[in-house]
Amino acid sequence: MSAFLFTPLYGLHREYGARFAPFAGYDMPIQYRDGILAEHAHTRAKAGLFDVSHMGQAWLDGPDHTTLAAALETLCAADLLGLAPGRQRYTQWLNAAGGIIDDLMISRPEGADGRLHIVVNAARKAVDYEFLAAHVPASVKLTPRPERALLALQGPLAAGVLARLAPGFDKLPFMGVKAAEELEVSRSGYTGEDGYEISLPAEVAEAFARRLLEPPEVALIGLGARDTLRLEAGLCLYGHELSEEIDPIEAGLTWSIPKRRRVQGGFPGAARIQAALTEGPKRRLVGLKLDGRAPAREGAGIVGPDGAEIGLVTSGGFGPSVGAAIALGYVEPAFAAPGTALALLVRGKSLPASVVALPFHPHAYFRG
Amino acid sequence: MRYSQDHEFIDAAGEVATVGISDHAQAQLGDIVFVDLPEVGAKLKKGEPAAVVESVKAASDVFAPASGEVVAVNAKLGDSPGLVNEDAQGAGWLFKLKLSAPEELDGLMDDAAYADYLKTVG
Repeated sequence: MSAFLFTPLYGLHREYGARFAPFAGYDMPIQYRDGILAEHAHTRAKAGLFDVSHMGQAWLDGPDHTTLAAALETLCAADLLGLAPGRQRYTQWLNAAGGIIDDLMISRPEGADGRLHIVVNAARKAVDYEFLAAHVPASVKLTPRPERALLALQGPLAAGVLARLAPGFDKLPFMGVKAAEELEVSRSGYTGEDGYEISLPAEVAEAFARRLLEPPEVALIGLGARDTLRLEAGLCLYGHELSEEIDPIEAGLTWSIPKRRRVQGGFPGAARIQAALTEGPKRRLVGLKLDGRAPAREGAGIVGPDGAEIGLVTSGGFGPSVGAAIALGYVEPAFAAPGTALALLVRGKSLPASVVALPFHPHAYFRG
Repeated sequence: MRYSQDHEFIDAAGEVATVGISDHAQAQLGDIVFVDLPEVGAKLKKGEPAAVVESVKAASDVFAPASGEVVAVNAKLGDSPGLVNEDAQGAGWLFKLKLSAPEELDGLMDDAAYADYLKTVG
């Protein structure tokens, strides 16, 4: 008997020669036969298909949009009252100290008045659902949707591929959402490329994935390349850059908190977050580019010009499109400016690195 | 050619032996993006960490399959670490050892024994 959970595409992954590893309780494909570097390059140049069905999808239903949005605005710092039908936002559930319980996508289906859809991290599903159950009023109902699979189609050719299979999504704006028959599609992703996340019933997921894989420009991509792609795109990963001890300002997520929320507060940890906004955070997430190819991994110490340790790497590895070793990490604010020369401690060696502006690889989101 | 249980190979020609990781090991590691090689002149004891092979996902130690002094390293790996994936037991060699105890090789596996060993480790 296996202790693992499986996504509806497990058989397809096996057929494509996946190498599996446990992730958030699931046996997930890390790479296929071509390997992580080829899968990464394929996604940047053409279109990659990712199975992200392990992520948590759920409905939140309330009596009307205003009541539902107002209730959820007490748990995150997004503008949900102003979320238009057919639009999506990125936000974080916050704890009383302003720390991040999880980061998520929240969308309002077209035509919905009183329904929102969330996509949360696989490893935080249980925590999130418990948090929501404990904090939303009785008029708001949470309905997890484990019967749905989630596919991500990412890359410059993604729109053309999807248009041939399911017309009507090519004009969808970045962070727009649209449903058609059994598909619920958002124009978003986790690679820095144009693309979609496609929610669909688990029982049709494999057949749909096979049709997406028919054109030669589409390849199956594992979680290994998903990680190198998101790292180059400077996107945070929960459990690495984000935790209950880190607030959104430290994590460089200030852009996800609109002005009304910054001024009015009314979300957990508002005092700490408002103080960080005016006085500056105590530490700051930065991009680090190493001078050589040697990667610095999570946990590597970051050393300042005088040799004192000023922070830690939270994610690091070789950036295939950047062509150098890159890392994300937290440093004291005095060392956060791009161009600052620092060093990373790897196996007792001090590797020279510079703070660089994020993302490492330019975003190529759809801008209409 | 001889192999260790940690999947290093060692190919002795006289008192100098070429060391690297086996083809099986490179396939398991996946794409290799960096190799941290020992210093020429370093004296290694059998079983000691000698090099580090970094794949996209993780760093893996390479242990000295025999004792000796490092007399050369594969400088081509600096720009082309992928040589280890392409030809692990040929152009992707890591370093050359001047053996201090050549009899240590007798305790390592030959091709047939290593092939059998791979069946047991899956």
